Amino acid sequence: MPSHTFIVNGKTVTVNAPDDLPLLWALRDLLGVRGPKYGCGIDVCKACTSHLDGEAIRPCVVPVSEATGREVTTIEGLADGDELHPVQQAWLEQDVAQCGYCQPGQIMAAVALLKRKKSLTDADIDEIANVCRCGTYFRIREAIKSAAAKMA
Amino acid sequence: MTSLGRRRLLTYLVAAPTLAVATKISLDALAPAIAEGAVPTPPAPADLVDLGDLLILAGAPTAEMLVLRVQEDGVIEFRLPREEVGQGLTTAVAMLVAEELDVPLPRVRVRLDDARPELVFNQLTGSSNSIRSLYDPVRRTAAAARARLLAAAAERWGVIAGSLIVREGLVIAPDGRTASYGSLAAAAASFSRTTVPIAPKKESEHTLVGTPATRIDARAMVTGRQEYTLDLDVPGAKPCMVRRPPTINGTVKLVNNESAVRAMPGVLDVVIIGSGIAVVAETFGQARDAKEALDVTWGAGTVDALSDADIKAKLKAANAPLAVPGVLVKRVDAEFDFAFASHAPLETNSAVADVRPDRAEIWSGLKSPIVAQAAIAKAVGLPVDKVTVHVVQSGGSFGRRLFFDAALEAAVVSKKSGRPVRLMWSRIDDMRHGRMRPATHHKIRATYALGQVLTFEHRVAAVETDFRHGLGDMLTATAASLPTGVGNASFAQTLFLTTVKSPYNFGLTTQVLTEVPLKMHTGSWRSVYSGNTRGAEEIVVDELAAQLGKDPVAFRRAFLKTARQREVLDKVTHEGNWGRSLPEGWAQGVGFHEEYKSCTACLVEIDARDPKKPRVTRAVIAADVGRPINPSGLEAQLLGGLTDAISTTLRAGLHIDKGLPMEGSYSQFHYARQKDSPKDVKIFVMPASDEPGGAGELGVPAAVGAIANAYARATGTKPRSFPVNFDIDFDPFPRT
Ligand code: FES
Ligand code: FES
Repeated sequence: MPSHTFIVNGKTVTVNAPDDLPLLWALRDLLGVRGPKYGCGIDVCKACTSHLDGEAIRPCVVPVSEATGREVTTIEGLADGDELHPVQQAWLEQDVAQCGYCQPGQIMAAVALLKRKKSLTDADIDEIANVCRCGTYFRIREAIKSAAAKMA
Repeated sequence: MTSLGRRRLLTYLVAAPTLAVATKISLDALAPAIAEGAVPTPPAPADLVDLGDLLILAGAPTAEMLVLRVQEDGVIEFRLPREEVGQGLTTAVAMLVAEELDVPLPRVRVRLDDARPELVFNQLTGSSNSIRSLYDPVRRTAAAARARLLAAAAERWGVIAGSLIVREGLVIAPDGRTASYGSLAAAAASFSRTTVPIAPKKESEHTLVGTPATRIDARAMVTGRQEYTLDLDVPGAKPCMVRRPPTINGTVKLVNNESAVRAMPGVLDVVIIGSGIAVVAETFGQARDAKEALDVTWGAGTVDALSDADIKAKLKAANAPLAVPGVLVKRVDAEFDFAFASHAPLETNSAVADVRPDRAEIWSGLKSPIVAQAAIAKAVGLPVDKVTVHVVQSGGSFGRRLFFDAALEAAVVSKKSGRPVRLMWSRIDDMRHGRMRPATHHKIRATYALGQVLTFEHRVAAVETDFRHGLGDMLTATAASLPTGVGNASFAQTLFLTTVKSPYNFGLTTQVLTEVPLKMHTGSWRSVYSGNTRGAEEIVVDELAAQLGKDPVAFRRAFLKTARQREVLDKVTHEGNWGRSLPEGWAQGVGFHEEYKSCTACLVEIDARDPKKPRVTRAVIAADVGRPINPSGLEAQLLGGLTDAISTTLRAGLHIDKGLPMEGSYSQFHYARQKDSPKDVKIFVMPASDEPGGAGELGVPAAVGAIANAYARATGTKPRSFPVNFDIDFDPFPRT
């Protein structure tokens, strides 16, 4: 079984898994990193959204071999210890989450977007295609705007 | 558990009271204010006794078997015999407890109770009934605990309890001495009775309840620490997925390559179960590959020949005839169709099971855990008391988790495979073999003369809804309390008659349900019958107004039954600037709904310049829920209802093709995304006026009406089939 070494949330890890095992299952089943959620497995719902070298990816469709030697950040690695990321903080202030299941992915997508664009328009926010089945979209929008304002 | 057990706790178990709740069946709609000249509509069954009243009645004998513990560290733990699926119940209950005990909210922990069969009918989460059924019992339980703590402090200091005050969980004596709840817990536990009155606080003294609070689990949710079923660490539990048939309820005849699949990497076991073939593996990735590699000969399902057109025709043919002749009267006649809709909670159906020869332990998101426990015990051949069923907070429900199919499957696989398993449904299976809101057909006729609506008839035909998850039994148990004529109806009829009613004085009003039994996986979907039924009626209300030459808002105002209803409508029309001018292709629409002693109005603006790609751009919602506990949570529920309505009215539904839904993911079942959602939403929760009403489903029907009405006005069409844009704009996934 091939072995893959990469960094997850600042820690170097090694997993033995087939090259094509989706990173999502390497994270969840082999490494016990369960912040990224399964919602479709085919890059549609975006619930699993995490970062690879700082860019948003959907680990349900990224083979574990692609992570080799690179840096994976999941929702668990976003805060700096007890210090929440401004986007997480904004999520609390707007009381965004309902069931919460989509929110790790929503937050990771928003953080990646804010990394790419400092000032956001509504159209930019519309591009976040993550499904929220509880329908929290408006609060997500407000939270992203307030985080963007604070981070500017 | 052991560390908790070693701590000394005050355990308070309040004995079952009398059937006091039975006296609360309300007659509040009996004497409504009648608009000038409008022809009054006599109360419908749901005006007299609604479904929530019945569920409260069924649960009353055990309503106060609630457990609250004061730990020595001052933490208050409340065990909640309900499920949290995102609706904000745990936060609202924590607020009630914190209010009664005068402790800061973060000091209250709410734990979801395991299945407790002794609660009988008091552990079902549904019908927007949790706050309604728990409001008094939770407050009384907390008030009783507080009384004991005060009695303990009074004895310690030799003062009278009435002289003590509580601030932030600290009991303060008149001379300034203080004692924390934690330090009093052990002493309080030894008091068998107290002389301190245990009535809950007056509502006018509430300082926390009624003010907006952030979810108690919000931080866990934004840091990824919130645990859902498949995030739990159950030692040795292996990933498991099920290969399901090409049509609904299809059967396994033969597995042609079992040994080859067993030899695939990571595969631990292959087990045939009733619903398909389960594969247990080291990772879900491997379980998925292996179940897909299975070569299976399938037997027929239960609806293999059925497609949408047949179902529509059956519904239309089955629908009851209208009674009022459609001749020589001025009238609006309209027929509507609504497609099947997937519940599609983002967390797919899932469960963890560890079944041993002599006992079993199950973890799953369950809204009806007592019924689940009994079914699982039967399936694995164990006595009920040997089956522990843990209720796990879950990633959405919308009615879905009243069913416990994943838990049952996981238990059977675990037993057959002899190991603990973590079973997950794929999204495709969740959409195709999961539950759905039944398709419906509606026939409405409203007649009028001299500016008054004389009759309003609504005939609904629906594919049969499956209520075999405990709700049906609760209704049977309370049948005697139903108004004449309802008592002998079927579960579905009873549910329909105790939830659907018209808020208007439209003269003789009749609403009749006919069910068409088809062996499909249906289930109640947020707002059950009301989303379609009341949504369709709100469209007819607009059309009636147009024929009578009235403004839709003024028309509704004139016919609504009560001042409370009109205030809610006035709020949205004022805040939403009703009637403001909008560019060509844009329009406003309004809808109203009342259920479970709450009412709401919704005003939307839609951009339908491209009728194929409409977008709701703005929404203003007002709701009177009698007594809001957490306005922030209520607003969240109304926002969710709005998004549900945007989705199912405009684009989201399931096509049935030869015995199987075609849609298999969110790329096909078009539940709204950010780009479909309004950029401007304002929600107003009216101040407390009464006891709490239901609110979890309230938002859907009014928003359905508002969106459909806005779309009609913007496009100059009369929408009759929902969702309005329902093309098959995708290549379906292979059938199996
Ligand atoms: S699970 Fe990765 S996009 Fe849905
Ligand atoms: S909060 Fe439930 S899916 Fe987004």
